[in-house]
Amino acid sequence: MSEGGAAANGRIGIKVVVNGSIHEDKVEPRLLLVHYLRETLGLTGTHVGCDTTNCGACTILMEAEGKWRAVKSCTMFAVQADGRKLLTIEGLAKDGELHPMQNAFWENHALQCGYCTPGMIMAAIGLLQYKPEPTEEEVRKGISGNLCRCTGYQNIVKAIMQGSKQMSANKQTIG
Amino acid sequence: MYPRKFDYYAPKTLSQALQLISEKGEDAKILAGGQSLIPMMKLRLASPAFVVDLNGIKELSYIKSEGGTMKLGSMTRHADIEHSSVVASKAPIMVEAASQIADQQVRNLGTIGGSLCHADPSADWPAVVLALDAELEAKGTVERVIRSKDFFKGPFETALSQAEILTEVRFRIPPAKSGYSYTKFERKAGDFATVGVATQLEMGEDGTVSKARIALTAAGPAPFRAEEAEKLITGQRPTAELVEKAAKAASDASDPAPDLRGSAEYKKDMARVFTKRSIRSALERAGVSI
Repeated sequence: MSEGGAAANGRIGIKVVVNGSIHEDKVEPRLLLVHYLRETLGLTGTHVGCDTTNCGACTILMEAEGKWRAVKSCTMFAVQADGRKLLTIEGLAKDGELHPMQNAFWENHALQCGYCTPGMIMAAIGLLQYKPEPTEEEVRKGISGNLCRCTGYQNIVKAIMQGSKQMSANKQTIG
Repeated sequence: MYPRKFDYYAPKTLSQALQLISEKGEDAKILAGGQSLIPMMKLRLASPAFVVDLNGIKELSYIKSEGGTMKLGSMTRHADIEHSSVVASKAPIMVEAASQIADQQVRNLGTIGGSLCHADPSADWPAVVLALDAELEAKGTVERVIRSKDFFKGPFETALSQAEILTEVRFRIPPAKSGYSYTKFERKAGDFATVGVATQLEMGEDGTVSKARIALTAAGPAPFRAEEAEKLITGQRPTAELVEKAAKAASDASDPAPDLRGSAEYKKDMARVFTKRSIRSALERAGVSI
């Protein structure tokens, strides 16, 4: 990674930990994090919806100073993730078992086409980092950066309420 | 959407960053939270040749309350302010404003300094720092302090020069007997303000308003203090009529541009309505009923 006045032409080496695996790559500075995840690493569970920071389909979790934060991966450069831990939808299920939040989406029929779902789930888990047991209003505010054009949010909100209770009961903060 | 090619620098100290921007001159752009700059680069509304990323500079991210003064590093994220117990107890108007900026994900990356320097005429922080009468500290070849009142020059234009970096936002912590409100009118969840009004009031022992600062965003080419409105209520015992008059004065001082959020006439009237609500809410929080 370039520091200070170091020349930064061409490609820059980055090292990231995605879903627990270390990846080292050389990337163009203008490569967006979402394209790095999808095209370089083949993790296509993170979606590109609007590509304008509105829809939240590209939401992932990023660790910063020991805290996991939901971010829109279409609005960050891959080079900015150097040295960071990232979590995408692919990193949630463990040993063939769905993550409680994924399971809650399944049980509550919180999706139709499923395009927004990975971003919704990551935003939901991001919200729980601040509010482990959110109220319905807090859930609605927490996912206000994620658009669903199918279900009208009712079941999504129900699912997040259920998922948060389950995660809290499991004393689970992330994955 | 891809931005045009650029060279990327990630300095670890402020002095390295200052050296870089002075070397690269007009072709360099500072990357703070990136939540406005990156979308602009993707749309190719901005195509800097050099990007200087401040995210690795730890010394620019802090929240401190020292001897009656609140200090925030320019790289402090909206979410850090939103969830700070220190800010909640010393300057709750900032928590109220932070929680209304865009959405969770944007607040996790976006910074107060980035927002102030971008100077979007509809952004939330400018009205808040005006209402707090904050001082903005900038470093370049020299260090200087700019009063928030003198910082915003026009749409996307500030008092900073190309070779300066905003380093700190600081203000006197409002006294206990004060009221505040950031009242934002938005067309849809997470939108920029159609109009936003920040009010910070201090009450005297005799029940009159001893100090009033009222600032509006999205109501003109740059955020501004509604000084006529402030004068009308200062030194007075607040009444519904007086608040209505002050709101009218703020609306008269506004000069909003028509866009998809409404006509100029509509926005001018919303400036009146939301100034009224903002003052009323600030009075209520100061324990004054009218």
